[in-house]
Amino acid sequence: MTTAFNIVVCGSLVPDPLQTLEPIQGPMGPALKNEMMLPSVLDPWAGHSLFEAANLAKQNPGSKVTLISLGPKAKLQQLMMIIAQKVPFELVCLDGSASGFMDSREVAVALAGAIEKIPGLDKTKLLVFGGCSSASRDAGTTMQMIAEQLGISDVFLSADELKVQPDGSFRILERIEGGQYQVSTCAGAPAVIGWATGNLPEPPNNPQVGMTNMRTIMPALQKAQPAALKTGAIKFASVELPKQQRQTRIVKDTPVEEIAKEIVTWIKG
Amino acid sequence: MGYGEKDFMPYAERRTLYKRGFHMTTDRQKMDVDVVCVGFGPATAGFLNTLTRAMQQDPAAEHFQSKVMPGMPLQVICYERADDIGFGVSGIVTEAKGIKAAFTAEELSQVPMAHPVKHEEVYYLLDPVGASRRSWVLKFVDWLFRTFGFILPWYKDHAFQLPFIPPFMAKHGGWVLSMGQFTQWLGSSLMDFGLVQVWPGMPVKEPLFDSNRVSGVRLVDQGVEKSGKPTGAFMPGMDIHAGFTVVGDGPYGPVGQSLDMKFGLPEGNHQREWALGMKAVVELPENTALEAGTVIHTFGFPEPEIFGFLYVYPQRMASLGIFVPSWLDNPMRSAYRYLQHWMQHPKLWKHLQGATLKSWGGKSLQEAGMRGEPFIVGDGFARIGEGSGSTNMLKGSGVDEAWTTGVQLAEGVIELLKEKKSFTKENLEATYLKKRRASWIEKDNRIAKKARDGFSHNFVLGMMGMGMAGFTNGLLNIPAKLKPVYKRIPSLEAYYQGKVSAEVIEKARKEANETNTSMHDALMDAAGWPEVQYDGKLLISHQDALLLGGKVQAAEGYADHVIFMDAGKCQKCRTKVCIEMCSGQAITANSDGGVPLFDREKCIHCGACFWNCAYAREEGSDLTNVDFRAGSGGLHSNIN
Repeated sequence: MTTAFNIVVCGSLVPDPLQTLEPIQGPMGPALKNEMMLPSVLDPWAGHSLFEAANLAKQNPGSKVTLISLGPKAKLQQLMMIIAQKVPFELVCLDGSASGFMDSREVAVALAGAIEKIPGLDKTKLLVFGGCSSASRDAGTTMQMIAEQLGISDVFLSADELKVQPDGSFRILERIEGGQYQVSTCAGAPAVIGWATGNLPEPPNNPQVGMTNMRTIMPALQKAQPAALKTGAIKFASVELPKQQRQTRIVKDTPVEEIAKEIVTWIKG
Repeated sequence: MGYGEKDFMPYAERRTLYKRGFHMTTDRQKMDVDVVCVGFGPATAGFLNTLTRAMQQDPAAEHFQSKVMPGMPLQVICYERADDIGFGVSGIVTEAKGIKAAFTAEELSQVPMAHPVKHEEVYYLLDPVGASRRSWVLKFVDWLFRTFGFILPWYKDHAFQLPFIPPFMAKHGGWVLSMGQFTQWLGSSLMDFGLVQVWPGMPVKEPLFDSNRVSGVRLVDQGVEKSGKPTGAFMPGMDIHAGFTVVGDGPYGPVGQSLDMKFGLPEGNHQREWALGMKAVVELPENTALEAGTVIHTFGFPEPEIFGFLYVYPQRMASLGIFVPSWLDNPMRSAYRYLQHWMQHPKLWKHLQGATLKSWGGKSLQEAGMRGEPFIVGDGFARIGEGSGSTNMLKGSGVDEAWTTGVQLAEGVIELLKEKKSFTKENLEATYLKKRRASWIEKDNRIAKKARDGFSHNFVLGMMGMGMAGFTNGLLNIPAKLKPVYKRIPSLEAYYQGKVSAEVIEKARKEANETNTSMHDALMDAAGWPEVQYDGKLLISHQDALLLGGKVQAAEGYADHVIFMDAGKCQKCRTKVCIEMCSGQAITANSDGGVPLFDREKCIHCGACFWNCAYAREEGSDLTNVDFRAGSGGLHSNIN
């Protein structure tokens, strides 16, 4: 039995890995220094969920993947040049801040509102995918609040695998403490899944997919609506970088035992 | 668009892959477009900006309708190797003649880190550490400055400030720009039009030929091992068929290289002059005296032949770096170590002490300029930018020239589209090439053509030649017969004769092999260069520069793009300048001392290995034993 799903992936941009981030106090609250100048990538957790969504859609003909991104339109436009070659999807763009300092409830309300407005959305076939947390906002709460807003009660977080069983139900592996998986079964859509890393590799860049995606992405960017995020919804008492000690060495093929020994020695001081 | 053409792979290879569980497809997709561009640098940006603005003004015009997709506008697509459109490298100071013709000062001021040039200084740097390799003439000049400099108002901090800026070097009225921010800004505004597509992270492997006509390009294969062998995720590179191919992939881009191999270079032209530009972007100390728009150029230190620059952006940011040229006949020419010594020169260190490195990168420049010009147009293709020989090395300017060649090509293309003429060599010569030959680029590059030949003899004659050519508009110069770079590289023993013993060299070589590293630190230490004391902010290890500055990364699934062609030559090679000059420490010594190791995850695609090799690929060729192919990954910083 195959089901055509409406898979909506919530994901936006974060600074490209290894960028040096500096928190500053901006006129609208805490922010990152020169955030608009930093190169961006699709949040890695959201990226995994997008690849899982595309894979699920491929296995279930008739399914459709929609990426909902809340971020600065100009930056999203540039991000699309990078990710649109990966897998087929349609875009819904919300023009607003992708900053990690935004209140996750505000973000969830905006995303849920945008999901409700997707033309022709069949909620009985709705699967909302996203990262179980975010590289810029690691509270891990946004997906749960989206579920609340949409009235979806089946929520799975830190998922690594979703299998559609012959009867149409889902078998889901969720990460739990101790390196274990919790195996859950649910009747099927609608459901909200916050993905961990999944099991799929990053797909290669496919120019044909990119060309096809861009036909809908460019109009979506042009139609982007401002996201009504209340900047005063959350107050930060203070913001600081984690105290870090950086000692960089690149040594390939070092045995894990040796790495572990070094870390223990370092912790012991 | 059509796709699905079968590609042929030997049956035995298919069978082996099948047995290993690789149920792969070997379908090579193909796609038809009207115009395909290779590389997104300033030249291609100039081309696309001009073309899209014209299309925007008159979208319904018949000549802007697609031939491959009837009813649609012209299908224009651009593929860029780097993982984003802002990952190019250059500290730019430019007169911006061409750029200012396209944008108002108000528009340019919207480019992050851009600022008008306010103040220029040029310094001759003396050697404060005593390790620099200086001729007796320079030693005498230095002695004069040290002895009588106190009476000169321009001598201070081991540096002599030129009392005036040579007019051919002056950039007053121009701009300082960050290449990354500039191309990112241009790319974003191009996307706003929605008329062209620019795809980063997609290296182009080679041009497609239909006899002597270029009929498009082939993208690189993905899902392969380092060796290029397909894995389970194999996806053959797509063939992009195009009525017209714009080649802007720089001086060592794979498409440009393939064209040069097929067509050769015009009679008398050659590409034997190169330099590696290595740079950093730093945040200056809070109390800096340097104002935005300040431009400083240096020569004389750490080696006389190494030129340096420091351009100040707004908000205490600055771009700085050095150029290590191919005529620096030093087989241990490590640009990173030299950059650190240059930054610590008293003239610069007084500005840089307390600064923090924000970004870092490197890139090879084709310094032959007009003499290195390839066939700029041919049936179905045209070349623009640095790879087309547009860089002016007398003025030290390439971005504005590259941009302008792109603009000129777009104007030529629009002309041909309007007249419904095809993109033949003759038609492109009558439009694009004619415009280019009649423009300031041609005039200025003729002046510059032989200006730097004197450096082939030595530094002093090089400076004299530059001055002569610059002040006489190219009438006079110091002539020289230029040799391929590999013929200029001496043995380590010959270079260090009288300074470092053969035993010390052999020990360094052995240690480098045993530890899979390089030997320049050991030999530069032995030659008297002081050890660099890391401060963790600006003076950091080479590997930290890769991570903190360049943010170097490489996705899986691509083949190695640096190939050592003839293992026998590497086995014989005792200098291994490819290792010492590698900007990312991606090329290291092999334990057996033979073919070096290459780690593509560290490669910043600077192209230094392409010309830093002591062996010719073939007898009489200017190419070396190192092949630099299309590859993925590299720098992930957009402020270089």
